Amino acid sequence: MQRIGVFVCHCGTNIAATVDVKAVAEALSHEPGVVISQDYQYMCSESGQNLVKDAIKEHKLTGVVVCSCSPRMHENTFRKAAASVGLNPYLVEIANIREQCSWIHKDIATATDKAVILGKAAVAKVHLNAPLTAGESPVAKRALVIGGGIAGIQTALDIAEAGFDVDIVEKKSTIGGKMAQIDKTFPTLDCAACILTPKMVEASQNEHITIHSFSEVSEVKGFVGNFTVTIKKKARYVDEVKCTGCGACVEKCPMKKVPNEFNEGLDNRHAVYIPFAQAVPKVATIDPNYCMMLKNGKCGICSKVCTAGAIDYKQQDRFIEQKYGAIIVATGFNPINLDKYDEFAYNQCPDVVTSLELERLMNAAGPNGGTLLRPSDKTHPHTIVFVQCVGSRCDDEKGKPYCSKICCMYTAKHAMLIREKYPDTEVYVFYIDVRTPGKNFDEFYRRAVEQYNVHYIKGMVGKVTPKSDGKIDVQASDLLSNEQLHINADMVVLAAAIEPDKTARPLATMLTTQMDTNDFFTEAHPKLRPVESATAGIFLSGACQGPKDIPETVAQASAAAAKAIGLLVKNSITCNPCVAHSDELLCNGCSSCEKVCPYGAITYQDKEFRMPDRTTAIRRVASVNPAVCQGCGACTVACPSGAMDLNGFSNSQIMAEVDAICK
Amino acid sequence: MQETMIKRAKELLADGTVSRVIGWKKGEFAYDTTPAVFETAEELDRDFAFDDFTAANVSKYLVKESRKEGKILAFLKPCDTYSFNQLIKEHRVIRENVYIIGIPGGPKLDAEKIKAKGITGILGIKNENYTLKIETLYGTETMPFYEAICGKCESCKSKKHVIYDELIGEDGDILDSNRFDTVEKLENMTAQERFDFWREQLSKCIRCNACRNVCPACTCEKCVFDNPKSGIENKAASDSFEENLFHIIRAFHVAGRCTDCGECSRVCPQNIPLHLLNRKFIKDINELYGEYQAGADTVSRSPITDYTPDDCEPSVVHERGVE
Repeated sequence: MQRIGVFVCHCGTNIAATVDVKAVAEALSHEPGVVISQDYQYMCSESGQNLVKDAIKEHKLTGVVVCSCSPRMHENTFRKAAASVGLNPYLVEIANIREQCSWIHKDIATATDKAVILGKAAVAKVHLNAPLTAGESPVAKRALVIGGGIAGIQTALDIAEAGFDVDIVEKKSTIGGKMAQIDKTFPTLDCAACILTPKMVEASQNEHITIHSFSEVSEVKGFVGNFTVTIKKKARYVDEVKCTGCGACVEKCPMKKVPNEFNEGLDNRHAVYIPFAQAVPKVATIDPNYCMMLKNGKCGICSKVCTAGAIDYKQQDRFIEQKYGAIIVATGFNPINLDKYDEFAYNQCPDVVTSLELERLMNAAGPNGGTLLRPSDKTHPHTIVFVQCVGSRCDDEKGKPYCSKICCMYTAKHAMLIREKYPDTEVYVFYIDVRTPGKNFDEFYRRAVEQYNVHYIKGMVGKVTPKSDGKIDVQASDLLSNEQLHINADMVVLAAAIEPDKTARPLATMLTTQMDTNDFFTEAHPKLRPVESATAGIFLSGACQGPKDIPETVAQASAAAAKAIGLLVKNSITCNPCVAHSDELLCNGCSSCEKVCPYGAITYQDKEFRMPDRTTAIRRVASVNPAVCQGCGACTVACPSGAMDLNGFSNSQIMAEVDAICK
Repeated sequence: MQETMIKRAKELLADGTVSRVIGWKKGEFAYDTTPAVFETAEELDRDFAFDDFTAANVSKYLVKESRKEGKILAFLKPCDTYSFNQLIKEHRVIRENVYIIGIPGGPKLDAEKIKAKGITGILGIKNENYTLKIETLYGTETMPFYEAICGKCESCKSKKHVIYDELIGEDGDILDSNRFDTVEKLENMTAQERFDFWREQLSKCIRCNACRNVCPACTCEKCVFDNPKSGIENKAASDSFEENLFHIIRAFHVAGRCTDCGECSRVCPQNIPLHLLNRKFIKDINELYGEYQAGADTVSRSPITDYTPDDCEPSVVHERGVE
């Protein structure tokens, strides 16, 4: 006979304000097998836990139901409490009457009824709970960082510093990411390359770090501590080991009309290229979309001039497989496409540029060697208009609902730099608000206004019209003086919203991690677990989790590294005992479960069975590797005969819960 | 055709390629040709039949037969090959132990449709240029061939054999059948009309289990309905119309695996159009996840147990169910 204790938590007023907790305790006391039913103000407090412990001892409880918050919060607390007095922790069930009840209802009667039903379901389930024992599984002492921008580099350096091997997978031909394209950094105005390139070099020289550039993650299997990842090393048609990065091939390549993505398409590069001087690895890459040799077999000049013999036109994509204990996602961001913003004439006028394009225009390694010239006629612009929030804080479908966070600061930086270098240039900034929270940020912005006389105008730009004389008419409203303005500008700079890199969504699917509606990775807890994903062993670094500036990105990158190191130092991790198992007598051997298992935990074997008619037969049956199984339950649903079942969430337990709810 | 088949079967028995043959044998009446296993040339000569009444799909028998010692020769019509392929995919038959000869498909006849014309005491049935000459105790009757064809042959999906070792006769093509027309009619009903339709149909069920026992997708070692521990039998009995749930649960169990062979409706003694439940699933799968024919091959994954990033959202599936 079961002896079940029910403990109903008030959670202060979180639950008690909407649920009549005493009525819930009273109603559940009449459920079959319930020998004690109590309520208490804070069940998770030490005295609350003692209440549970004492009841287990006094009433010799065989099962415990705690009606409280989500099991994600305190299931572990109560399991540990039960275990400390000798009750198997898996005989504790949580009925979530807070997130799934009190917080979402207003009417006390309805909420109380629902809380009772949720409690009854938990009691029905605990009747069928079996004691479970957790096993252990080893941790692979190697980390994978996906993305080689400043976030990925910082995370990799920190993990390597702790003595663990770490691989960076970067889809471009060099690490460095967006920061490598940036000219100066706010609020100190130091040169981005000067602070980034030492880190890039450090990463390439660190014996613990392996950089897979021009590579992608193509498959992820396994689970925390034990991921198996297939990395696709895309054919770059240059042998990475042999190439010395001398650049002779680039110099001689006759195909010179390839839009240079590193300079945001503002100038051209060759079909064989090294994106920038400090690229890491400094290895040439041949662009197969433009290379004459790869396209129609006519050229081969680079191969002739390469003294190292590194050019290999027959190179194929290669796949390597590696085991990792932890994976850190650092896939970063991109400015949004501005095709839909016709009002700003971005596609019609070359002198309307994005802020990232302006970074390149002002950079010494950029298309103009660092002199700010209009892309259209290479003349010096005298009036520049900055438009803020292009696609940010947008309530229609063209843009993004969120604030891109970095634009106010980099625009202040751009304005200041232009006024510093070209004092004869008038700079206008149209903004909704200027957002400058951060150390030395507001001081920085005020310097732009007060010291550099940048014209900040509150209001949005309505229309940008290129004129026949090469000037640009910017029509805008000044909300403070309530007047319509026309500015005769030479250049317009659009602060385009930023969005997660397009590779993030398929990657999230591979990693079984969650994303929000904007395709930013979702952290395990927005406040308390900001660098972990909800999937164990997957960590988040940088702008893939939300818009961030460089200081914040680096801080988060180090935090993600710390979390990953915390995992990697362990020799083994406790497994979840709620794993699947197959009833061999019922198993058809149909492979349905194997096909849906995301962890590859199910294998088949031919076994001899004694059949009901006293014959023996060889049958193909499934078996689950409990160290690999993560207890997701997909197999139990796919199994047509009900042979697959999940410890702790058995078919009969779930059926009992449903019955209790529907009664 | 029958002679060619017997001749070829005898050859394969004689040269030791196979030790048994599965096909059909003559019954007591002209119209009850049933599946049978033959082990000798004599048995074949005496009993083997391939006529207008060999609608039965012998694929399911191979679950057991292919596990026995020695190879078995199976005569499979185009629709039967789909079932066989699906069973290979589910590892329910051992392919190496079966020698498949593809034979032409229907249309096959349904004796019940002849009897429904008031024709009784049937002694013999001949198809003469698509007119049936039916010898009865009371004289000779005639009726058009096409008025007697089996329900499942009325909307034939394919004349193509998707698996075989050799063919007798020509292979056909996948047909553009009208098999979803009736499903569409049901979809166009109001929820209440549809509910009433199924209640009426399913109330006829006598729970003989013929549909389950004949279904090539229902090959579980132990059916959940025979397993008291599964708790499903109780669910099916929780309603006075317990058979409603029996058939609906069964349709869910074979969803994505049903090849639409139509055997369930063919064997139903109460003439319940059970295949429409399965066909609704097939139609939904086609519309939500793209065209999918179970059993068309042995490797592809059923959309129901597969996930691709461009799968439609579950809310789309849900919305379709809302009136």
